[in-house]
Amino acid sequence: MDHPLLVSYLRWIVLFPLLGAVINGVFGAKIQERFGKNGISVVACTAVGLAFIFALRAFFQLTSLVPEERYLLDTLLRWIHIGALQVDIAFAVDPLSGLMILIVTGIGGLIHLYSIGYMHDDEAYWRFFAYLNLFTAAMLTLVLADNLVLMFVGWEGVGLCSYGLIGFWYKEQANTTAGNKAFIVNRIGDAGFTLGIFIIFWSLFEAGHGTTAVFRDLGHLIHHLEGQMVWGVPAATLAALCLFVGATGKSAQIPLYVWLPDAMAGPTPVSALIHAATMVTAGVYMMARMHFLFSLSPVALGVVATVGALTALVAATIGLAQFDIKKVLAYSTVSQLGYMVLGVGVGAYGAAVFHLMTHAFFKACLFLGSGSVIHAMGDEQDMRKMGGLREKMPLTFWTFLISTIAIAGIPPLAGFFSKDEILWLTFSGGHPFLWLIGFAAAGMTAFYMFRQVFMVFFGENRADEHTKEHLHESPPVMTYPLIVLAVGALFAGFLGVPPALGGSNILEHWLEPVFAGGHGGGHAAHHHVEVIEYVLMVASVGIAAVGIFLAYLIYYRQSLSAETFTAVGGGVPYQAVFNKYYVDEFYHATAVRGSLVVSWLCSAFDRNVIDFIVNGVAKVTGLVGWAVGRFDHYIIDGLVNGLADVTFGIGNRLRQIQTGNLSIYLYVIVGAIAVSQFLPRVGADTLLPVVMVFLSLVIVVGIALWLSTRRIQWRLMFTKEGVSELR
Amino acid sequence: MDGLLLDIGLRHFLFVSLIVFVLGLYCVLTRKNAIGILLGVELILNSANINYIAFSHFSSGNYDGQVFAIFVIMLAAAEAVIGLAIVLGIYQNFSSIDIEAVDSLQG
Repeated sequence: MDHPLLVSYLRWIVLFPLLGAVINGVFGAKIQERFGKNGISVVACTAVGLAFIFALRAFFQLTSLVPEERYLLDTLLRWIHIGALQVDIAFAVDPLSGLMILIVTGIGGLIHLYSIGYMHDDEAYWRFFAYLNLFTAAMLTLVLADNLVLMFVGWEGVGLCSYGLIGFWYKEQANTTAGNKAFIVNRIGDAGFTLGIFIIFWSLFEAGHGTTAVFRDLGHLIHHLEGQMVWGVPAATLAALCLFVGATGKSAQIPLYVWLPDAMAGPTPVSALIHAATMVTAGVYMMARMHFLFSLSPVALGVVATVGALTALVAATIGLAQFDIKKVLAYSTVSQLGYMVLGVGVGAYGAAVFHLMTHAFFKACLFLGSGSVIHAMGDEQDMRKMGGLREKMPLTFWTFLISTIAIAGIPPLAGFFSKDEILWLTFSGGHPFLWLIGFAAAGMTAFYMFRQVFMVFFGENRADEHTKEHLHESPPVMTYPLIVLAVGALFAGFLGVPPALGGSNILEHWLEPVFAGGHGGGHAAHHHVEVIEYVLMVASVGIAAVGIFLAYLIYYRQSLSAETFTAVGGGVPYQAVFNKYYVDEFYHATAVRGSLVVSWLCSAFDRNVIDFIVNGVAKVTGLVGWAVGRFDHYIIDGLVNGLADVTFGIGNRLRQIQTGNLSIYLYVIVGAIAVSQFLPRVGADTLLPVVMVFLSLVIVVGIALWLSTRRIQWRLMFTKEGVSELR
Repeated sequence: MDGLLLDIGLRHFLFVSLIVFVLGLYCVLTRKNAIGILLGVELILNSANINYIAFSHFSSGNYDGQVFAIFVIMLAAAEAVIGLAIVLGIYQNFSSIDIEAVDSLQG
């Protein structure tokens, strides 16, 4: 690890999608006009495809190394070198980021393919693909960054692109509002993230062992944070909590999860890319990347675990009562992200990343499947108007069902292994209460997902006649990605089969070099099989089965009415859940209204105080300018004009010596010659002062002559009339 | 006769020249008539001629001074021509040759 293998191809993983984004972003409209929409998608998909190939190359190069040396580094540019802080634009691949780039480019690539079909009728086709590529580039920057600062660049990049993609259909107010919401809520998280970075820099520097932003060096230096205090709080705890605030924004945790359900306003491939496979996992990835910091602070870990578990439960309960096909998936995503964060919080980083990976498969598949349904239904998203789509859309149905089983946690599909590992490590890590919350959420997950399957694919079709006629399976370019993802949802779980079930947990071993440095959650110690592990496994499969069975009774057999449950407690709990606990209303009444009040106050301050000062300064300046103008007009101009007057006056007096009378000239000549006979005989040296004295005398006499005459009218000085009058 | 002639020396010529010069100057200064002034100028030039010849005879021993006197006579003739032409011009413009009346060169 101390001597990373230097390579020079990692940059292309980021640069290809970036290049695709530039090509489509700058020349997209022209390409679309000239070569049609295929030109656009060829560029975009090739860019991601090439990135995927390079990601594979990096991955296989990693596997060829011994586990402890699995670290590739590609320094692209020197960037910020200030004092002790050395930050480069450098990309690094270790087992963790190696896995992530495969997910991002692989699943992202499938979503690109799917978008070819889904967005086919959209006018702004090129803009969509430019955004998608830019988003992919930003996400890859985030994942590949070898330091916190570059990671933050990617972090902001995905935020920006998500804004553009969520508000993609910007002609509708609601969509742009959703984009704004995602962007602003993420900004709150980003503020926490930056604060966290600064605290790490600063407190490391204070500790006196140098500071750094590079993850590899941070891992070695971070223990110096122990004992450091910032404002009376341990530096490690404060930094970890600040980073966690960033993670709650990106990974949609309580209290910042509200943007994600609204973000469903974007096109469905966007939901799949951003809100299932990539961006929302950034927070989890970042925390896994900074695991050594979180491991230093049990307090921060406790907060993380609690928030994760609560998010899993709260989002799952909201998901129970939604009717919008994408909203259900959105809350399901929030809930699953809660599991991942819970995993990080109990120190089970490997399990969290495992769940991240399996979730990327089945949630992308679910989103794309729902997109396929929406496409077929003519942009209808209300599940109450669907039903019976099983026969019409077999491929969509089967892939959707597989992913649903996977997310519900039925073995041996992917979700079972990853979710159960998190739950087991939560329990065995000494958090039985958090386990109980996650356990309950697992049951709800199974219920609402199967509720969705039954409502959409089974029973009678409740759509109108026109929609029914147009029902059709989506084109291959959309269904093939679904199949690939469903295969992933089927088999990805086998990468992490726990020893209790006779597996060797390949993924855990793969990630071990990354997480070995920290105190690591201690799950390595739990490798011996315990009976309770089997009990819990059976229990979680059991509760999933109960959830599925309930959904079956209510929404398939309809032998049990949903009203039985909605009426509980006078319908109050149902109303609360249906209205998403009124969190949006609460935020609107507090945060949004509060910001508006503050902005009104600021505006009033600006109008009354700042403007007053500015205007005052302007007035004072004007006054000074006026005074200076007067001074210039009367004093400076007076001096200049006065000088001119004096000169003119002297000239005017001296003029009169020229009488025009020849006799007088002659008298003067003769007189001068006569006088000169009496001047002392002198050389040229002494003649000059004599001439000067003579001239001075002449001038003095001239001034005296002028002063003795009548007062000159200054204003008439330079006019013809004035001059003639002066004569 | 010889002794009488020998008594007349350079000094006498210079004295005559001075008298002629002063008379010419007085004429130039006092005359109001432009032609009178030109006459005065002629007197001054001739006084200069006397000086030239006298110095040529008594001091230098060569004929440079006499040649110069011839030049001056020629010059005086040219000057008289131009001067009279100017006077004629003045008369045509002012109907007068009184230089007191012709002061349009005043500053």
